[in-house]
This record gives sequence, C-alpha cells and structure tokens, in this order.
Amino acid sequence: MKLNGAQILWECLMREGVDVFFGITGGTVMPLYHELSNYSIRSITMRHEQAAAHAADGYARATGKVGVCLATSGPGATNLVTGIANAQMDSSSVVAITGQVASGVLGTDFFQEVDITGITMPITKHNYLVTSVNDLAQAVREAFHLASTGRPGAVLLDISKDAQQGVTEFAYPESVNLPGYKPHVHGNARQIRQAAEMINHAHRPLVIAGRGVIIANAFDELLALVEQAQLPVVTSLLGKSGLPETHPLCLGMGGMHGESYANLAMQNADLIIGIGSRFDDRLTSSAETFAPNAKIIHVDIDPAEIGKRVRVDLPVVGDARNVLRELVKMVHKADHTSWLEQIREWREETRTHDILQNECDGLQPQYVINQLWEVTKGHALMVSDVGQNQMWEAQYYRHLRPGGLITSGGLGTMGFGLPAAIGAAVGCPQENVWLVAGDGGFQMTLQEMATIMQEGIPIKMAILNNGFLGMVRQWQELFYQGNYTGTPILGPDFAKLAEAYGVRGMTVVNSSDVRAAIEQANAYPGPVLIDFRVEREQNVFPIVPVGQPIDNMIRRPIRKA
Amino acid sequence: MSAVDPNKESTRRTLVGLMEDKPGVLSHVTNLFRRRNYNIESLSVGHSEIPGISRMTVVVNGDDAVVEQVIKQLYKIVNVLKVTDIDDPTAVMRELALIKVHAAPAARAEIKQLVDIFRASIIDVALESLTIEISGTEDKVDSLIAMVRPYGIKELTRTGRIAMARGNTTTSVNKQINN
Repeated sequence: MKLNGAQILWECLMREGVDVFFGITGGTVMPLYHELSNYSIRSITMRHEQAAAHAADGYARATGKVGVCLATSGPGATNLVTGIANAQMDSSSVVAITGQVASGVLGTDFFQEVDITGITMPITKHNYLVTSVNDLAQAVREAFHLASTGRPGAVLLDISKDAQQGVTEFAYPESVNLPGYKPHVHGNARQIRQAAEMINHAHRPLVIAGRGVIIANAFDELLALVEQAQLPVVTSLLGKSGLPETHPLCLGMGGMHGESYANLAMQNADLIIGIGSRFDDRLTSSAETFAPNAKIIHVDIDPAEIGKRVRVDLPVVGDARNVLRELVKMVHKADHTSWLEQIREWREETRTHDILQNECDGLQPQYVINQLWEVTKGHALMVSDVGQNQMWEAQYYRHLRPGGLITSGGLGTMGFGLPAAIGAAVGCPQENVWLVAGDGGFQMTLQEMATIMQEGIPIKMAILNNGFLGMVRQWQELFYQGNYTGTPILGPDFAKLAEAYGVRGMTVVNSSDVRAAIEQANAYPGPVLIDFRVEREQNVFPIVPVGQPIDNMIRRPIRKA
Repeated sequence: MSAVDPNKESTRRTLVGLMEDKPGVLSHVTNLFRRRNYNIESLSVGHSEIPGISRMTVVVNGDDAVVEQVIKQLYKIVNVLKVTDIDDPTAVMRELALIKVHAAPAARAEIKQLVDIFRASIIDVALESLTIEISGTEDKVDSLIAMVRPYGIKELTRTGRIAMARGNTTTSVNKQINN
C-alpha cells in the first residue's frame, strides 16, 4: 500500500492506540492535518503549544497511555519545550510531534526553522529527526516504544515537510531495533531475597513510595506488602495516591512540606525501602543528613537513580510491580507495634498544630481543600498547579483514587494545572476532574478556558486567589526579611473572566460559603470556576529550610487553648 | 554526587564506550557531560571493528561514585551500547600529538636528537619549522612537549587518549550492564 508520510503517521498512531492528540497547526504540519479527516483520531486544538504538551502529559498520567502533542516548526516547537521538560522530569509517557522545514533547506535558517532535536536533546528520553518518508514508520514505532516502556519519558519526533509529503510503500514495523535499550523490568532474585531479609529483620521499617508505584500500576502489590509486614508508608509528592491515603499505614507526603510525623518517621527509621522514588531534594532535604539510622533499599527501574542522591545499601533494579510481587512472597507477617505506636504519638502531637483547628479569621486555603476533599470524598481526579496551592492540596486532600493526583513535581511548572486537567478529563471523561491552582499559575495558561468550551470539557477549577506568587512571598517572609519584591500580582475578576469564555464563574469570600459553592460546582454538568479569595498571607507549614535535615521543621502555630 | 566535589580526592579514569554511529549521538554524549557537570579530560571518537558502531574513549575525573553515575547516565542514551571502565594499569593507553616547533637551522640537530630519544618522528620540514609526530602515553607526550617548548611551539594538536585492554579481553557489544 503506497501512502504519503502524513498518512503513514496517522496509520502508525492508530496502531499505537492513539485516539486523541493535543496540538496547534501551522505551516510545516499542514500535510498532517490535511490527511487527518480520514482517520478516527480526535484533534484538540489548544491555544498555546505549551498547553498542548501539558495536556498530553496530563492525559498520559490519567490514563496510563501515551499522550501525544503536535506543533509546527519554529515557535510551535519551542513553545512545547517547557511541557516536554516537565513530562520527562516526571517520567510521563509523551510523544511530541513537530513539523520541520523541508530537508533541502534544513540548516539555512529558513522561515520558522529551529533545531528542535538539538534543543530537546537534554530534556527527552530520545528524539528523532525524520527527513525521509522511508524512515518515518520505524521512527514512530520506536518513539512510542521508548516513551512507554522502562522508565517512561518524553520522546520527540521532528518530521520534515518533505517526509510528510513523500510517498512510499507502507508496512507497519513488526519490531523495534534498539540494541542499546533494554530496560530491566524484573528485579534480581538474589537482591529481592536480601531485601525481604532486611525487611524481616527491621524494627523500624518505612516504605517511601514514589511515582514509580503509580506508573507500574503497583497499587495492589504495595498495599499487600505493607499490610503483610505492617510497614508505614511515606510518599513523595508524586507518590501521593499510590496508596489509599486514609489507610492507617499511610503517613502521606514527606519532605519539605511533609507532616512532621512523616518526616520524623524517615529520620528515625532503621530501614527505608524506597520504591520508584528518586529521593529528590524536596523529599530528603540534605542527602547527607537523611535517615541517619537507616539502611536503604532502593527499588527503581532506572539504574542511574540508584546511588545518585542518597547512599544505598541494597539496589533492586526493576519494575515496581514485578519486584513487589516477588517481595511480598518472602516477607513475613509482622506487627511492629512499638514503632507504629511511636508514629501514632507523633501523629497525635501534630493534631495540636493543625491549622484547621486554629481560630482564624478570613478564608483559609487549607479549609477550601479540606472541604473539596469532603465533598468529593477523596475520589476526584485531582490536578494541582505549582506553589502553595499544590502543597495545600497535597496536605489536605486524601486521595482514594489510585493515581488520583496529577501535578508537576520535578520541574515545578506553574501553568501546568489547567492544560493537564484538560488532558486528564479528555482521557477519563467519566471522572470528576478538579483543578486546584493559584492565581499566579492559573494566569500563565488560562487561555485554555477557550479550549474547554470548544471541546465541552466539564472540569471544575478552584482558584486559591491570594494576590501573590504565594510560595515565593512565603520565602520572602521567612528567609528574605519580608521583602516582597516581584510577588504581589494583580489578577482579573476570575469569575467574570470565566463567564466571558462561557464557563460558569463563582466567587467565594466567606468560609461559610465554601461548602455550598463546591457542592454546586460538583453537581453542575459543565465547567465551573470558583475564585476563592483566600487570606493573602497564609504560609505552608511545616516547612524545612533548604539544606536542613528533614526533621528540622518550622511547624504550624500551636492551637490556641 | 553528580557534580565533582572539590573536597574529595578524585582520580582520572578511562571509560570506553561503544555506540551506534547515528546522527546526534556524539552530541548527545558531550551534552551529557556538560549537563551533569562531569569533569572530562579528553574524549576521542572513531570507528570500531564493527561497521556502524563507533568507539569512544573518555577520560573522566572523579571518584568511584561519580564514575558509576557517568557510566549509568551514558547507558541511558538510547544509542549507547556498552560502556566499560578500563581502569586497569596494564591496559594500553595511547595518544597522538602533532607539534610544529620553531626550528632555526642551528637548532635542528638538537631537536632531531630529542625526537629520536622519544622515538617520535619528524614528518614535515620547512624553512623555519619542524613538525613532530609522537604517539604514546600522555606522560610521554607531555615530556616531549616540555622538552621542545624552549624552541618555541608554533602549533600543537593532541587526539586525547584512546585505550584498549591487553590480552584476549575485549570490549564487546553484547555484554549487559550489571547492577
């Protein structure tokens, strides 16, 4: 069957199971869009390419499938860059497709030419410049294979216009030819046995679960292991929702803004079992002072993560699900009574610091999240932006949906939330998708409300509006003598702006109206934005100053008697 | 651990890598060293015994932890097939240098003598200069350079180290990374 490059691309995408992509058209991808009407692939036109990449990322995280974004050459391609970096940093399966100028003029600084394979080399798992239609099918096949296997990541396919237009005999490649790419998915049996022995002998064991648990779909396996041996679990930010967060063994997020009992558990454990977590600095703070009394087992599919930041006593390279399945067979039943009792005491103590019990005037952002959690009963597919809103979501929303939190962890990309929520809602149309964003991050990609309306995507948006770039303001307050430079920001009337796009808009200024507003929004069939005018200078506590040991926390104020 | 810690004692280590000869691979490798802040002394790339597969020798500065990370990160590059740390005193390490030395007629005999002592060779002669070719270990090349420097070095180029294990041991492509 003779096909042109554009047809070949869509044929390949169909075979990869792609039924939707997020993109913006332009000069060098016109041949692709021209052929699209013959294929049952939904095209969602975003308003900015960065949002297209985030949407593909959100889609990938929500569905476990590969998310696809598409942009034209030059500025279209460079606009994808932030989204590609974000996906790669959080191991999200994204294939980014860009048009490129015709191969005959490559390298001449042609109109809208940019070296996007060069630009994205350090922020992709791999990338391809395809300049001949004969190479296209193989490249597409490999791109999807790389994006979705091993440690997932972002792969870029840059396709010159003549490769899209050229005609060749189409045959879908049976296999990939990547001799240098062989991910280790099965852990070494001897190391798994050793890990089980270490767990069986530990007195104060602690699991640190990262996003690898979610990627590997290892929810049941993790639960089985921790229940069997009564192992308390701290998660990283991206590991949240890897375990039901109301489970008594789940201590929630640890780290810079982790609850004190989670951080104390890390520092006092005698064995840490890291599963699919890269022990990043936001989780461990200073690597030298991290978990001083613990032996560390590190289970990860990426060998390069092992020993990168923290010392590791036992590495296990493999897929979290495979490793946990084997591990649970060898781990003895245990109760760890005194260790769990110690953690329970720390937990009790924390309640005296809980801001929700403090008498505060004004609308507390923490209370908004708490109410959102109660109304949605922990089952919403939550997407958060970056900053204080993200940390409050992480502290006050207890996720019950496996993989129910989508957020930008590694790169910390403000503006990620709204487009990622779009991607998540497109991938999971039956689910209740809620966005939590600050007024700063929301203003970075709010143009996508137009996409929401055009595509009929019923997401709910909760803006925690404090008129500041709040996390930086908080640091200025705590560490820069209250010098609020560059952080006060003026926003629009978000409810009115939403209405201008055709989105239902609401504004909440009193605590007493929070519950009703969330209930209304939750019941409304279309998209809703709620502008919560929260107290302007609330801080996220606890906070561990950068470089300090992770149990050196500035706590929440103690509850007034 | 990814960065070079100035307080730690670091050593020079020689890594040999085999990679598919595809566009962008070398740039990917050099990019990696820059991005991860690895301190490399030299990098030399050329064909291997297998068509389509290039061989590189990289001399990296760092302790065991750094070298381990360098190897693991190199393996993450999809087109990199094999990386071996040939930190073996018996391995053959060579470098080639071309040195164009200012050589007035009166000095030529002296320079010729030095070249002979080092078993180097003079490959080009001009009115005011000689071009010397030397191959050997870095130390040997360094010494010759030091000896001819007083005459005035007009131009100098070095290839960087290439290395190979002695005996029957080979750096083959079908071995797997071992963790």
